[in-house]
Amino acid sequence: MESKIITTDFLIIGGGTAGCYAALTFCEHSDKKVLIVEKAGIKRSGCLAAGVNAINAYISAGHSPQDYVDYAVRDAGGIARRDLLLSMSEGLNRTVRKLEALGLTILKDENGGYVTRGWRNIKINGERIKPILAEAVKNQSQIGILERVNVFEYIVKDNQILGALAVSIDEPIFYTIYAKTVLCATGGASGLYKPNNPGFSRHKMWYPPFNTGAGYAMGIRAGAEMTSFEMRFVALRCKDTIAPTGTLAQGVGAKQINAKGEVYESKYGVTTSQRIYGTVRENADGNGPCYLKTTGITPAQDEELKKAYLNMCPSQTLKWIENGKNPSDENVEIEGTEPYIVGGHTASGYWIGNDRQTTISGLFAAGDVAGGCPQKYVTGAFAEGELAAIAAAEHIGQARAVPVDQMGIANTKRWLEGFLGRSQSDIITDTLEDEMQSAMDRYAGGISQNYSCDEECLQTALQKISGIERKLPLLSANNMRELLYILELRERLTLCKSVIAHLSVRKETRWHIFAERRDYPDKRKEFECFINSRLVGGELEVIKRELI
Amino acid sequence: MSILFESTRCISCKKCAAVCPGSLITVDETARIEHPERCWGCASCVKECPVQAIGLYLGEDVGGKGGRMTARQESTLLHWQIAKSDGTSETITVDLKDSNKY
Ligand SMILES: Cc1cc2nc3c(=O)[nH]c(=O)nc-3n(C[C@H](O)[C@H](O)[C@H](O)COP(=O)(O)OP(=O)(O)OC[C@H]3O[C@@H](n4cnc5c(N)ncnc54)[C@H](O)[C@@H]3O)c2cc1C
Ligand code: SF4
Ligand code: SF4
Repeated sequence: MESKIITTDFLIIGGGTAGCYAALTFCEHSDKKVLIVEKAGIKRSGCLAAGVNAINAYISAGHSPQDYVDYAVRDAGGIARRDLLLSMSEGLNRTVRKLEALGLTILKDENGGYVTRGWRNIKINGERIKPILAEAVKNQSQIGILERVNVFEYIVKDNQILGALAVSIDEPIFYTIYAKTVLCATGGASGLYKPNNPGFSRHKMWYPPFNTGAGYAMGIRAGAEMTSFEMRFVALRCKDTIAPTGTLAQGVGAKQINAKGEVYESKYGVTTSQRIYGTVRENADGNGPCYLKTTGITPAQDEELKKAYLNMCPSQTLKWIENGKNPSDENVEIEGTEPYIVGGHTASGYWIGNDRQTTISGLFAAGDVAGGCPQKYVTGAFAEGELAAIAAAEHIGQARAVPVDQMGIANTKRWLEGFLGRSQSDIITDTLEDEMQSAMDRYAGGISQNYSCDEECLQTALQKISGIERKLPLLSANNMRELLYILELRERLTLCKSVIAHLSVRKETRWHIFAERRDYPDKRKEFECFINSRLVGGELEVIKRELI
Repeated sequence: MSILFESTRCISCKKCAAVCPGSLITVDETARIEHPERCWGCASCVKECPVQAIGLYLGEDVGGKGGRMTARQESTLLHWQIAKSDGTSETITVDLKDSNKY
C-alpha cells in the first residue's frame, strides 16, 4: 500500500449529520483547517441518505428545553444525563433555523409559524436534508473533504488524540492523518445481530448497514470510557420494508392493534421500549400478528402517505403499489427490528463532558456515537456537532505537541498488508459475520429470543464472539473493498463484546426489549446508575457511575 | 431489496456511484453492483440517474412481486414511475419543495 500523510487542525471522522454540521459551525468560530474524512460520499451518506420523515426534536411554543430533558429522562427510565440533554435541547431550535436558511422546506401555517405534530415534531421535506447540508459544506472553501476513505484507528499517546489512521476503499492507499483535535461522528452500529430478513435482503434494515460502529470500536480500543451499551435500540417498523411507522401512527393517527383488532398500546405503556414490548408480548401470547390500523383512512390520506414514504423510504410505497393495496384497504403489519446500538435514540456511546469532549483529551464525539443523551434525532445531532465544534476550536490552541509512535503505525500498515498479501483463505468474512449475528441473536437477546437473555447465555455469547475474533487474522482480502469488510467485522466484534459485558452487569430489567434480563425481570434500585466501561490492559473494566 | 441496471440506457456518468452511501456501485463500461445483497434500498442512486437506468425492486424474501421503481427529475419535480410485473405502470409526482403533510 502507498502511504499518504495529511496534517490538519480539526479532523472530523464521518461526514454525516453531526459531522457536516460541526464543520460548518467550526468555520464560524475559527480560521484553522478542517478536514472531513468520510467512507462514502457526503451527499447521501449516513442516516439521512433516503430522507427522514420529520424533525423529531424541536421545542414548540409553550414548551421549554427543560420539558424536553424531562421527557427524554422519563423515556429512558431515568438513565440519561440531564446536563447533556439540556445543552442539546437549548440548541435544537437554532439548528432548525439554520437548516431553513440553507434551504430546507418546513411546513408553515397561515401566520408563518411551523406546523407542529405533537409538541416536539415539525414537518419538513426530509428527502432534501442531506443534499442541502452537503452542498453547504462543499461551498465552504475552508473545509477539506476526503471521500471514500475509511477511518479505522485513532493515533493516541498519553491519553491525547493525535490523529487517525485510514484506508481508501478504492485504491491501495494508507492514510496517516495528524490533527490537533478530532471529532468522532461515525454514527451508531447496525449488523451486530441477525437482521429481520437474513437472506438476500439482509441489508433492508432500518439503521444504515454501512454504519458499523467504527467510532465506538476505536474508542473502546483506545481506552476511552464508554457508557450504556446495554441500552440497545429496537425500533417498531413496517414488516418487510422496515419502513418507519411514525408517519402512520402520528401522521394519520393509526393505532397499534393485534390480530383480534384490539388496541393494545394502553396495556403496556407508551414509552419507546414499551411500544415494542407490547407488540412482542402480543405475538408471544398468540395474539399476533400486530398491525397499525390504517383501514378506513381517506383516499387523499392514501396519496399523501405514498408521497411521504417516497421522501424517506420509497420501498414502502413500492410495496403498496406492487400489491395493488392502499393503506386504506389493508392494515400495515409491524414488527420489531434487530437490536442496534444508537446513541441518538438511547444513551449508548462515548462518556462525554458538556462540551462533548470524551475522556481522551482533544477527542470529541457528537450524534449517534456520543452517549448519555438519548432522543437526539437529527436536530440533536446537529446541536451536539455545534457544541463539539465550538469546544474543538478552543481546544486547538491548547493541544500539546507529542511525539508519535511511528513504529506502531508502520506495524498497523503491515498488519493490513497481511490481509491483502495472503492467498485466498478458506475462512470468508461474510461467514464470520453470519456466525457473529447468529451468536448475538441466540445468546445476547436477539429477535429469535424475543430480545431477552440471561447470565448463562451471555457467557456463551462472549465465548462465541471471542472465538470468531480469533479467526479474524486468518481472513484474506482480494482488494481494498474486501479489506473494508474485514475492518467492519472487526469493529462489530469489538463492540459485541462490550454490549455483552454491559448486559451482563445490568442485572435487572429497567427497559423491556432494550435490555431484557429473564433472570432479573424487574427494576432494581441499585441499578439507578450508569454502567460504563473502559479497556485497561486488554481487559474491559466496568464502572458504575451515579446519575447526573 | 436491491437495484437493477438497464445497461443499454446507462451513459456511464458515474453519478450513481458517487452517492451510494455504501459505495456499492462500480462503473466501467456501464454501471454495475457487485454485491446486490449489500444494498440498503435507499434509492439515492435511483434519484441521481439522469436516464432512468436504475430500478429499485423488493427482493422475493421480503414479498417483492417483480415491480421496478425509477425516478426522473424535472426542475423541482420528482416523477417516480413504478412498472408492475403485469406490464402496467403508475407514476407519482413529488414536489421537492413541498413538505410532508404527515
Ligand atoms: C432510516 C432513518 C430514519 C430516521 N428518521 C428520522 C426522522 O424522521 N426524524 C429525526 O429527527 N430523526 C430521524 N432519524 C435519526 C437521525 O437521522 C439520526 O439520529 C442522525 O442523523 C444521526 O446523525 P449522526 O451524524 O450521528 O450519524 P450519520 O448521519 O449516519 O453520520 C455518520 C457518518 O459517518 C460515516 N462513517 C461511519 N463510519 C466511518 C468510518 N469508519 N470512516 C469514515 N466515515 C465513517 C458514515 O458514512 C456517515 O456518513 C432517522 C434515522 C434513520 C436511520
Ligand atoms: S439503493 Fe442506496 S444502497 Fe442501494 S445501490 Fe442505490 S444508493 Fe446504494
Ligand atoms: S447514474 Fe445512471 S447513467 Fe450514470 S452511471 Fe449510473 S446508471 Fe449509468
